[in-house]
Amino acid sequence: LVIQIFEYNGSAVVAMVGKNCFAIASDRRLGVQLQTIATDFKRISKIHDHLFIGLSGLATDVQTLYQRLVFRHKLYQLREERDMKPETFASLVSAILYEKRFGPYLCQPVIAGFGEDDKPFICTMDSIGAKELAKDFVVSGTASESLYPVKPCTNQIWFEIQKASYKKCNEAEELFETISQALLSSVDRDCLSGWGGHVYVVTPNEIKERILKGRMD
Amino acid sequence: MECVFGLVGNGFAIVAADTSAVHSILVHKNNEDKIMLLDSHKLIAASGEPGDRVQFTEYVQKNVSLYQFRNGIPLTTAAAANFTRGELATALRKNPYSVNILMAGYDKEAGASLYYIDYIATLHKVDKGAFGYGSYFSLSTMDRHFRSDMSVEEAIELVDKCITEIRSRLVIAPPNFVIKIVDKDGARTHAWRQSVQDVTTASV
Repeated sequence: LVIQIFEYNGSAVVAMVGKNCFAIASDRRLGVQLQTIATDFKRISKIHDHLFIGLSGLATDVQTLYQRLVFRHKLYQLREERDMKPETFASLVSAILYEKRFGPYLCQPVIAGFGEDDKPFICTMDSIGAKELAKDFVVSGTASESLYPVKPCTNQIWFEIQKASYKKCNEAEELFETISQALLSSVDRDCLSGWGGHVYVVTPNEIKERILKGRMD
Repeated sequence: MECVFGLVGNGFAIVAADTSAVHSILVHKNNEDKIMLLDSHKLIAASGEPGDRVQFTEYVQKNVSLYQFRNGIPLTTAAAANFTRGELATALRKNPYSVNILMAGYDKEAGASLYYIDYIATLHKVDKGAFGYGSYFSLSTMDRHFRSDMSVEEAIELVDKCITEIRSRLVIAPPNFVIKIVDKDGARTHAWRQSVQDVTTASV
């Protein structure tokens, strides 16, 4: 019996870019292989008001890595007297992960934040720090493969609706709908992730945190 | 086959553990206490490799006492749990401890709390938790009957239900259990549930 170490605890994290906003979402399950231990595990953490990091993978490394990153960012804040830009933070995470190249942290981070002029920035990387920048969305976790096709699909639907009729709607609200549907439908196809969702929709002025109730199984 | 489980009630936390010390097919003793008093208001129920279990929990206990001596105030349950996780995480990639821990404690501000700490240093605050093969039965039983803010009597009833379930459904089920409780008055042994007493030498 070979245990897949990246699938030991189960996780799903996705981040999306909208117009002047971004959203980052994760599932809430903490499991030990087939057994569910908790349904309120936090995978997304705030580094500062305009920077969030979601970590999928082995839960112990998620916690260790988060503690190390908060430490490094607090030091940066003391020295530079300002918050870190997401591009810089992504490079920091990449460096910290590559430090352990031959004994890595078994996590895949998803980073989302506002860069220069409040331009949304998202990126993901593998467990040894290979950055993957994207303009629209990034995914990570056991449900990552199923997170891929759903997002362009739902986005396409939204684009059609938007093109077809003028709607006075909140860009952030639409993004929330899109990312929530993407997350819930993909974790429903993955037995190791799910038990609800945790969504942060961030605009330059406010952070909206919401809990999703999905299939609890 | 080591069974450890616990839950949080109204102003208290309860942990129960089996009390057999087993080596392959031999039962060395069946009144081995696997729940250690960390300080006056904390309990640490541990399961896993016997040497690691005793060494690691004693190490945590002594460090918690040291903090109290140095600083004049005791650690909170959250702080002790995070310290324990830190030690497990540091050792994980060098010289790992194979110990699973349920840490129960009572703090004046935070009330009663229970922390689940895996052998690979996964830390999570829970209302109910369990380790070992017995967890397949005790977690399901607790999922069915647990409510938040149960009284001590209700919680003991639930613990007994779990013990009954483990005894009847687990092959090579441990016969004896110890139940310990921690509340505002401190941490103490609440009861033993023994179906096999230790055999003293027979008079010939």
